[in-house]
Amino acid sequence: MSNIAEKIAFTPERFAKAQEIIARYPEGKQKSALLPLLHLAQEQYGWVSEEVMDYVASLLNILPIEVYEVATFYTMFHLEPVGNHVIEYCRTGPCCLMGGEDVYAHLKQKLGIDTGETTPDGKFTLKEVECLAACGWGPVFQIREKYYMNLTNQKVDEIIEELSK
Amino acid sequence: MAVKILTEHINEPGINTFEVYRKKGGYTAVEKALKKMTPEEIVEEVKKSGVRGRGGAGFPMGMKWSFLAKPEGVPRYLVCNADESEPGTFKDHYLMREIPHLLIEGMIVSSYALGANKSFIYVRGELMYVVKILEKAIEEAKAAGFLGKNILGSGYDLELVVQPGGGAYICGEETALLESLEGKRGNPRNKPPFPAVKGLYQSPTVVNNVESISNTPWIINNGGEAYAALGIGRSTGTKLISASGHINKPGVYEIPLGISVEDFIYADEWCGGIRPGHHLKAVVAGGSSVPILPANLILNLANGDKRLMTYESLSDGGFATGTMLGSGGFIVMDETTCIVRNTWTFARFYHHESCGQCSPCREGTGWMDKVLERIENGKGNMRDIDLLVDVAKKIEGNTICPLGDAAAWPVAAAIRHFRDEFEWHVTHPHEATKPGAVYPGAMELV
Repeated sequence: MSNIAEKIAFTPERFAKAQEIIARYPEGKQKSALLPLLHLAQEQYGWVSEEVMDYVASLLNILPIEVYEVATFYTMFHLEPVGNHVIEYCRTGPCCLMGGEDVYAHLKQKLGIDTGETTPDGKFTLKEVECLAACGWGPVFQIREKYYMNLTNQKVDEIIEELSK
Repeated sequence: MAVKILTEHINEPGINTFEVYRKKGGYTAVEKALKKMTPEEIVEEVKKSGVRGRGGAGFPMGMKWSFLAKPEGVPRYLVCNADESEPGTFKDHYLMREIPHLLIEGMIVSSYALGANKSFIYVRGELMYVVKILEKAIEEAKAAGFLGKNILGSGYDLELVVQPGGGAYICGEETALLESLEGKRGNPRNKPPFPAVKGLYQSPTVVNNVESISNTPWIINNGGEAYAALGIGRSTGTKLISASGHINKPGVYEIPLGISVEDFIYADEWCGGIRPGHHLKAVVAGGSSVPILPANLILNLANGDKRLMTYESLSDGGFATGTMLGSGGFIVMDETTCIVRNTWTFARFYHHESCGQCSPCREGTGWMDKVLERIENGKGNMRDIDLLVDVAKKIEGNTICPLGDAAAWPVAAAIRHFRDEFEWHVTHPHEATKPGAVYPGAMELV
């Protein structure tokens, strides 16, 4: 989690990446880089604070409100601090058919938290999300870029234990 | 074996690399297109193929291409819709993950046909790992001279950009996708003007689905007529079906359009039947937004003939006894499925995903979610069932984009075909709210 006093800025590598992204779009259409840059910022800070949004706005030379209205529209951006591992669990029909609700109940019990909460040690945050386009491999959840598929109670235990190390 | 247009080489080790893809005949369509064909000739072949938009709407792709405005001095854009988010659908995810160069090759020939020099692939943000797979494929294609300036010495330039979304089903609607690509909230635009006239950055734009674009290399190599010879009637070619739910072999299958629904569910080549000891109760054939059908109606038309996996046969009988092929998200349910609960998860999905721009959808999806939750939890009354039908009717056709219809149809269809189950939840709340409870009344199973 970021310290409020810390100056918000991309690491040199991410700054270079951001410049490369901004250059992809036609002249004058740099606002198109907004979603990619928000992803880059979240990758660095774990979540997207107001200060981070202001920083992204300054890079794109747009108003902060133009970033706020976008960051709040899309579900992938965490607008509050989160744990090290954000588990995004699919709750839509096809995963439910494959026993997704029972596995989710097990996961909540295993972590000792409910949807939207973070474990006291700051390791895990649990979120429910809608369809992840992996219905034939359900139940499914995602942590950052990785998909965990065909989940069972046992598999969930193994994943959590592995990530707790 | 049926002809495979998209997946013939998908299990080949290393097919995700340029080298293996090329060895298997990849990028020959780019060579043929750029060296031997004019853009107009390609559009003509795609028209002849009869291929229809594979994202769900089923609009003829060649016709969509021919609407593209071509004013002098204005750039034109091709945008690939890889925002696959319709519950039950995961075919584009599979295709891009396993054989990314097929889409890249399709993007090159399609961009050339449309006269676009910068094209975009908009991938749902959750699939960031697929974004990276595509970016690697683009780098490889560029290194081999199939992208960039003066491709294969033809004088044609093309740059491909992969754009991640941010998590929003609505961005699968093409004008919402364009808004999102411009760095805005994904609110669908009023039409007209259509994207073909004013699309990305107010320039003429074509938006096509991943699977649609991935068909174009084959069409160029083999001709539009060869493509049209596959399938039945206006359902030409093959279709990727995402099969999920209570079947023995969930997965993505490339089927020749025209096999029977029964074969698709029970044949070993496809879904391999219902899981052992269970029976077919219902199917959602084309992604969560299309009407659910009970076993007898998905297998057979109202006149008793076998229903086929085609656009026409699946919609035979209208919404009274039919459904739609949609995106090909084929969700199979056995007798352990509570239709009320399943309908509620769909309604909750649409409530969550409504962009909030049009009040019938914003308010209506919320009402349907709440009322269904109430019925599912044994707190509903008989009037609630009619209320759901009424709300669905008031959303349908009254919104800027089709999300409203997509939200209304599954609720209306579930009540149309399974009204007894909703009533049972009202009359037997104690039994209906037990974990895993399913309506015990007479059900037609297969």
